[in-house]
Amino acid sequence: MATVQDLPQIRGVKSIPVEEFYSSGHRTCQGCESALVMRLMIKAAGQRTIVLGSTGCMYVANTTYYSTPWVVPWMHTQLGSAGSAATGTAAGLSAMMRKGKMQNEPINVIAFCGDGGGVDMGLSALSAALQHEEYNLLIVCYDNESYANTDIQASGSTPWGANTTFSPVGKDIHIMNNRWKKNMTPMMAVGHPNMKYVATACASYGLDFNNKIRRALTAGGPTFIHCIDPCPKGWDYDPKYSHELGMLSIETGLWIQYEIIEGELQLNGPSRAIAKGIRKRKPVEEYLLRQGRFAHFTPQDLKVFQDKVDEQWEKWWIPGLVPITPQPDEDEADEEQ
Amino acid sequence: MATVTTKLYQEPKEELISGSEAIGIACALADVDVITAYPIRPYDTVMQYVSRLKADGAFDFDYIIAESEHSQFEIVKHASSVGARTFTGSSGVGWFYAFEAITVTAGLRMPVVAMVGNRALDDPGAFGVEHNDAMAVRDLGWHLYWVATAQEALDMALIAYKVAEDPRVLLPFALSCDGSFLTHSQAIVQVPSQDQVDKFLPAYNRGSLQLHPDNPITVAPQANEDWLMEIRKQTDEAMRRTPAVIKEVYAEFKEVFGRGDDSPFIEQYMCEDADVILVGMGTLAMPTRVAVRRMRETGKKVGFLRVKFFRPFPTEELQEALKGAKGIAVIDRDYSYGSPGYGGVLFHELRSTMYPLDERPVMLNFIAGLGGREVMVSDVEEMVETTQKAIDTGKIDQETTWVAVRE
Repeated sequence: MATVQDLPQIRGVKSIPVEEFYSSGHRTCQGCESALVMRLMIKAAGQRTIVLGSTGCMYVANTTYYSTPWVVPWMHTQLGSAGSAATGTAAGLSAMMRKGKMQNEPINVIAFCGDGGGVDMGLSALSAALQHEEYNLLIVCYDNESYANTDIQASGSTPWGANTTFSPVGKDIHIMNNRWKKNMTPMMAVGHPNMKYVATACASYGLDFNNKIRRALTAGGPTFIHCIDPCPKGWDYDPKYSHELGMLSIETGLWIQYEIIEGELQLNGPSRAIAKGIRKRKPVEEYLLRQGRFAHFTPQDLKVFQDKVDEQWEKWWIPGLVPITPQPDEDEADEEQ
Repeated sequence: MATVTTKLYQEPKEELISGSEAIGIACALADVDVITAYPIRPYDTVMQYVSRLKADGAFDFDYIIAESEHSQFEIVKHASSVGARTFTGSSGVGWFYAFEAITVTAGLRMPVVAMVGNRALDDPGAFGVEHNDAMAVRDLGWHLYWVATAQEALDMALIAYKVAEDPRVLLPFALSCDGSFLTHSQAIVQVPSQDQVDKFLPAYNRGSLQLHPDNPITVAPQANEDWLMEIRKQTDEAMRRTPAVIKEVYAEFKEVFGRGDDSPFIEQYMCEDADVILVGMGTLAMPTRVAVRRMRETGKKVGFLRVKFFRPFPTEELQEALKGAKGIAVIDRDYSYGSPGYGGVLFHELRSTMYPLDERPVMLNFIAGLGGREVMVSDVEEMVETTQKAIDTGKIDQETTWVAVRE
């Protein structure tokens, strides 16, 4: 599969294709943003696509034997195997097309994983998949910040202090999850510099998400998109606020929207406005205190959280992306002395 | 297959090669599409060989150096789902690292062919052969075959594809090859020509189960108590169908290639009138045959039976072959801690096989050759003597004996 499909950018909401390839037949929770991610993802990719789904909400809640929302071919893969599923599928198609055993045509290969499958267990397979420049494949990590399908257990992508069933608020310890969310997308981008497309996304910005999927699928080679998915069950809020929380995660500067196209970074939407100083970041408590999982936060906890977000915007080498402070140039250091 | 772009063997040829190389050549002749490699001794010699074939332009396949055994097996599982013919393999704890992927490969009915270079499980780390690694998949729906020679490795790899990909079967196939004794030891092998193989082996056709935009199916949705038993039963039915398919394919193989044993499932050596029959798997056959021959020279009625297919287990063939013996000495190159009577896995399977018979022979178990320790001719002679003693006295002092082990 040397070539990619012709998937032009969608200019406005009126140009979004009407066809649905993720249809009825699923039983996701009310207000599930991950279900919307699936729907928008395959709408943008179209019918000539194979989707591989690793274990998680989007497996168990979507595909119960005898029913399926998928109009395109879909196959389950193991929890840590999104990378391997995409690689294997692309390799199989590639070999058969090259040897003339299958009609040669570009077929999109998309594998998705949750934060448990991608950020935790599947990290090594995902990284390996992103090294295979000979295959066109896209990995979408839908990050609802916990193992939401198994009962909301903390993952490596769960924010600091969040109340989960593995990090409950107790009499002795009220911040049980003392890990900070893994810096996943930059890890993928920096670790695999030959990748032609990497992006973060949020389904609250649907058109942006559609177009990111299309840019990824037409970039050639392996690509990666990481999206933040508000989860009413895991984050503990009224399902009607999913979109709003997605926007707040960006407006408070916790989640940063960007694309890295052939090594060039471009911030999108509110994140771009914040970086340019056009827009001020909202205080994190406007986002945190809307969710039950942070309801136990004391003013001190809120400050710890705010300080961490401030740090990534003010002290990181590339705000929100690269948490490294370069050594001052030796000559400059001498001059300072 | 008309699509083969590179033909390794235009004419049949005699080659001095190892068991691993024999399987590598079979992969090329079978025009495998996707191969995944990850290093662990001793199986990885097959990957070193096929990567050389690819580098030299002698064999065209998508070659993926995976980052773990788990990914190795997941990648070929998915390649198989879109209709590609695949090959992979592992050894010892590497095989165990892939275990999750190994079980779903059978559950999804993917005809992946894998080589297990049998190796002792850690810890302590050891390179030598032991059968516990491959045996661990015995309940999962894999074909499990124990190879004894390099020739058999090549032949069975071709047979494995034809059996595994048969629409009546669609179950993965593991070729178990004793580490070092088979993987690294060279022997003369008759390599068939590409034309012969093309005549024998059709293309893999997954039919309506193929994952493709023209066939938009959903594969492996979540099934619970409402459907799981039916799905398990289907896999059981496939496994029950496979012996007939194996017989059929084996007969075709013999016709096209002009070689093969009487039975694809077991090999009998001087068993006909034997009082004591030794039973074992893999390269144990070598010292055991020598011992049997020597004892026959002294008038002892001894025979050796090699179990080739461990899954599907050849229950009826074994009952028929063993029912006339007075004593059976089962040699296990494996062990099952805390199992019934504390014995080896093959021993338990055989005892279970013999139980329905009206007259059951005396059965003893010998644990030998673990971690690659050589099984000597004198060890085998001792096993026969111990078994003979139990027959003569009608008394079993000790059911399981660890052979040639320091106290």
